Amino acid sequence: MTEAKKTPLYETHLEHGGKIVEFGGWLLPVQYSGILEEHRAVREKAGLFDVSHMGEVLVKGDDALAFLQNLVTNDVSRLTQNKIQYTPMCYKDGGIVDDLLIYKQGEEDYLLVINAANIEKDWQWMQENKGNFQVELTNVSAKTAQLALQGPLAQSILSHLTDTKLEELAYYWFLPNVIVAGKETLISRTGYTGEDGFEIYCQAEDAAELWAAIMAAGKPYGLLPVGLGCRDTLRFEACLPLYGHELSKDISPLEAGIGMFVKLDKGEFNGQAALAQQKKNGVKRKSVGFVITGRGIARAEYPVMAEGRRIGTVTTGTYAPTLEKNIGLALVETEFAKVGQEFAIEIRGKNVAAQVIPKPFYKREGQKV
Amino acid sequence: MNIPAELKYSRDHEWVKIEGNQATVGITDYAQSQLGDVVFVEVPIADTSVVVGAGFCVVESVKAVSDIYAPVGGEIVKINDALTDTPEIMNEDPYGEGWIAVIKIADQADLDNLLSSEEYEKFITEEGN
Repeated sequence: MTEAKKTPLYETHLEHGGKIVEFGGWLLPVQYSGILEEHRAVREKAGLFDVSHMGEVLVKGDDALAFLQNLVTNDVSRLTQNKIQYTPMCYKDGGIVDDLLIYKQGEEDYLLVINAANIEKDWQWMQENKGNFQVELTNVSAKTAQLALQGPLAQSILSHLTDTKLEELAYYWFLPNVIVAGKETLISRTGYTGEDGFEIYCQAEDAAELWAAIMAAGKPYGLLPVGLGCRDTLRFEACLPLYGHELSKDISPLEAGIGMFVKLDKGEFNGQAALAQQKKNGVKRKSVGFVITGRGIARAEYPVMAEGRRIGTVTTGTYAPTLEKNIGLALVETEFAKVGQEFAIEIRGKNVAAQVIPKPFYKREGQKV
Repeated sequence: MNIPAELKYSRDHEWVKIEGNQATVGITDYAQSQLGDVVFVEVPIADTSVVVGAGFCVVESVKAVSDIYAPVGGEIVKINDALTDTPEIMNEDPYGEGWIAVIKIADQADLDNLLSSEEYEKFITEEGN
């Protein structure tokens, strides 16, 4: 077991009363004031996350596009400069290595943002898939810090710290070389909360000052420092999948409900044959949303039961703070995946009634699908 | 951290208020602060017996499921139904409104293993528990 790593903001978290836990090999705050309060702040005002644990890999070279087209399931050729794409990255059998964001910085220059717990595995996988592609890969995770400013007031807060016209930066677009509070950053209009917001990439040594400047600018707006606890409940309500839960090497993107990011007709790529086969035959399992209609809270790994047998597994379950209901996501046999379907979640040996409901559980006003 | 002097404490962070042969039990201020926002409580069943040290109540925060262990054994004579609909009282008032149950103590010897408020305070600082 290697020792858990600290982000450049570790001391900042301690100073502000962050309750530190280990996540994906990193020491990060699970909460500051409390998960429910922080969750509410992001939905109604704004919250600031340290997401420096995320991994960043640069892909450069003549074959950058061809390398990526083979590596991931989405069609990277559709990206234009300064645009971002979400994509799964699959094994040959269609299982998921990771899900990531691809930033197109230039014709032969891409930035990949990968999950913290998967950095080494992904790096290895990319090396194995380099083949004869003329491409240079650089893991810049350690020197890159990332802050996520999320919530309806995020733009108002950030506009105090930069001359860049943030209102012109659309969802899933980014801008390089943006000066924020005197520091050089890359900002993207992205997030993992279901709210409007920005992800701000900077040099590790600038992170603490940037954090302080954003917190100060956000104070009149009710900005709170927020932790991983509410990051999970926020992404869960918006039904954004989490690797290790909704996504894994044993779950395909089609089963996980992110088939729209698999472009089977784009040319050859890892997992294409397996995924084409799944699409043709129909998937045997599907990810569904459910609400507990009995009493109890579903948790990851709890069995889903129907007709006297196990028909699936909960992938995420908790109390949803915005909806004030006990809800969950589960991977179940396809015949039990229709909205309105009733089944049971086995909670501590007892079957508790639940019903399939539409996804996502939460969508902000005015949000495009 | 609030640790009332008149109560007894278990090493599993429950408090015990002894009145004759009955014990009112709940979780400590320290325990509720460690758990975070309590969003669900599976209260014990009245008129059942509980063994000292056994899980007799389940408390769920947003992130985690925690078993609450009986600080004394005996018959559960009263339960706090209010926890079913308003689990947050466990955070707001752990020594008052947030009590869990009243247990009729089967064996007074169970009390010997409990800590005084000074001992409990020392326990949580030293053990970092």
